[in-house]
Amino acid sequence: MRRGPSLFNLASLGLGLTFLYAPIVLLVVYSFNDSRLVTVWGGFSLRWYGELMHNEQLLASVWMTVRIAALSATVATLLGTLAAVALTRGGRFPGRTIFSGAVYAPLVTPEVILGLSLLLLFVAVGAPRGFWTVSAAHTTLTLCYVTVVVQARLASFDRSLEEAAQDLGCPPWRAFLLVTLPNIAPAVAAAWMLAFTLSLDDLVIASFTSGPGATTLPMRIYSAVRLGVTPEINAISTLLIGLVATGVIAAYLIQTRGVRRASR
Amino acid sequence: MDPGADGAVTDGRLNIGAIRSSFAPWEDPAAEPLVRFEKVTKRFGSVTAVNAVDLAIYEREFFALLGPSGCGKTTLMRLLAGFETPDEGRVWLGDNDLSDDPPHRRPVHLMFQSYALFPHLTVEQNVAFGLKQQKLPKGEIADRVAEMVALVRLEGMERRRPDQLSGGQRQRVALARALAPRPQVLLLDEPLAALDRKLREETQFELMAIQQRLGMTFMIVTHDQDEAMVLADRIAVMQAGEIVQVGRPTEIYEAPVSRYVADFIGDVNLFEAAAVSAEEGETRFAGPDSPGGYLASTDEGVVLDGGLYLAVRPEKMVMHLDPPPEGPNRLAGKVLDIGYLGDWTTYVVGLESGRTVRAARANSARLVERPVGWDDPVWLTFAPDAAVVLTR
Repeated sequence: MRRGPSLFNLASLGLGLTFLYAPIVLLVVYSFNDSRLVTVWGGFSLRWYGELMHNEQLLASVWMTVRIAALSATVATLLGTLAAVALTRGGRFPGRTIFSGAVYAPLVTPEVILGLSLLLLFVAVGAPRGFWTVSAAHTTLTLCYVTVVVQARLASFDRSLEEAAQDLGCPPWRAFLLVTLPNIAPAVAAAWMLAFTLSLDDLVIASFTSGPGATTLPMRIYSAVRLGVTPEINAISTLLIGLVATGVIAAYLIQTRGVRRASR
Repeated sequence: MDPGADGAVTDGRLNIGAIRSSFAPWEDPAAEPLVRFEKVTKRFGSVTAVNAVDLAIYEREFFALLGPSGCGKTTLMRLLAGFETPDEGRVWLGDNDLSDDPPHRRPVHLMFQSYALFPHLTVEQNVAFGLKQQKLPKGEIADRVAEMVALVRLEGMERRRPDQLSGGQRQRVALARALAPRPQVLLLDEPLAALDRKLREETQFELMAIQQRLGMTFMIVTHDQDEAMVLADRIAVMQAGEIVQVGRPTEIYEAPVSRYVADFIGDVNLFEAAAVSAEEGETRFAGPDSPGGYLASTDEGVVLDGGLYLAVRPEKMVMHLDPPPEGPNRLAGKVLDIGYLGDWTTYVVGLESGRTVRAARANSARLVERPVGWDDPVWLTFAPDAAVVLTR
């Protein structure tokens, strides 16, 4: 027997979705606005997307953001996966609790404080602020998310598979490469996507740790908005939303496919 | 040693069990064991999982470790596979001390209870996994995989992944994968636990046939006594980290060394008894349950003092509906419960002394002249050689 959702369920769903997505939908709609005034509808047009293509400054910051996101996501995935392996496979090594706490701390630390402390660190060691410092800061931010995702997968991964590989002649590191890694690959890919997306839309930490010549897209948009919202900002924001949504959906799909396969 | 061909007694020992077998390297003092546990102890925190175990397993033997869960049998097997290292004692394979070798350097393979097939590899790749680690030439790997796939009758399934196989097929892939690199000892961790009953029985005989054909040494860990009895040349019964008895299935069943073993393997009736007088090969006992006392065959050299127990299996109890003549080994009571199993019926009989005794009868005829009912008065007797004298 099948029953459709009740009226109450439909109403609360609609209300919730409106609350969450109405502003975003509005922004996307207005990015196709022909008018120079943001709040007045002047007909459909792709004009602002065209103008975007000629805005060198904006394009430079898009490129900068993507490079930072790719680098920090890759490093964070590597380190975060290793941390997850240590936490799930290391047994009760001395200092495990502290290590686990240290890995997860950035998850709950306010971003402002994380940004400030990173800035203090970079100033203290005299690191020139720019591409490298933002990348390092984003690695710090996203590493714990990677660990959470990969650790969840490792915890549900049948340990006897690794033992079987070792039993059949693999040293532990090769058992990890040949058996564990191929099976947790979807989770690792999803973690990379998540880290990439987090880095892409981070404003606070980037503002603290960036220097001249390394302006990321969120920073560019934020400073532009202070001078007044232009339809061009709507257009670039729409593109950004599209990119982030693609990343999140891809991460979700990759991971659910992996889970389905593992549970079959 | 050649088991005695005639007479019930050889070398002063009772000849036990109904099966004659000439494979008994453990009785040959000149035979060198393949696997030797030497005073092996393993502790987990304050728990001693394996306590000073001495055990020898011979080449071509099908050896079973039997015990309830938590008795240390799995730990003992993992000590041989290399997933645990002993806190004390040594583990030997032939002349090599394996105690400190990691699992990947031991020529001992394990078939996991969960099968642990690699989900991202096909049947073929799973079976080839261990061979690739040995860096065998490609052609030889292909030959060996084909041979193994044929051995476990999985032809045509080579390109399937584990999730496209049934439980029984997965079990066979796991067996083929562990056998392919030709380990010196194959360890099987509850290999049939996940199969249904019919398939389990078939697989038991298949396992025995494969072990015979390959002439390999198998060690199985199980909590299922029937499985151990059917499969093994010898069984080691474990209790709380220690081995309490090692012997052929018939020895374990018909001549248990303690009440624990007697009770763990099959059903048993235990009677408290005290020795009264000993004659040639037979001893008289007195006990609260039998007014006429007991008479039991006893081996020479059995010490008969202190509190003893007589153990009698239910199927060795003879049930009478009319009172048999007075004498030893005669118990009177009435039927309290009847368990009909098809091939056998188990009767629970309440004795006059208040305790209950089990008697089993084979249902060898479809039509019974005098069926037994609840509350019927019955008498139970057993032969002197049906009782085992237990001092522990």
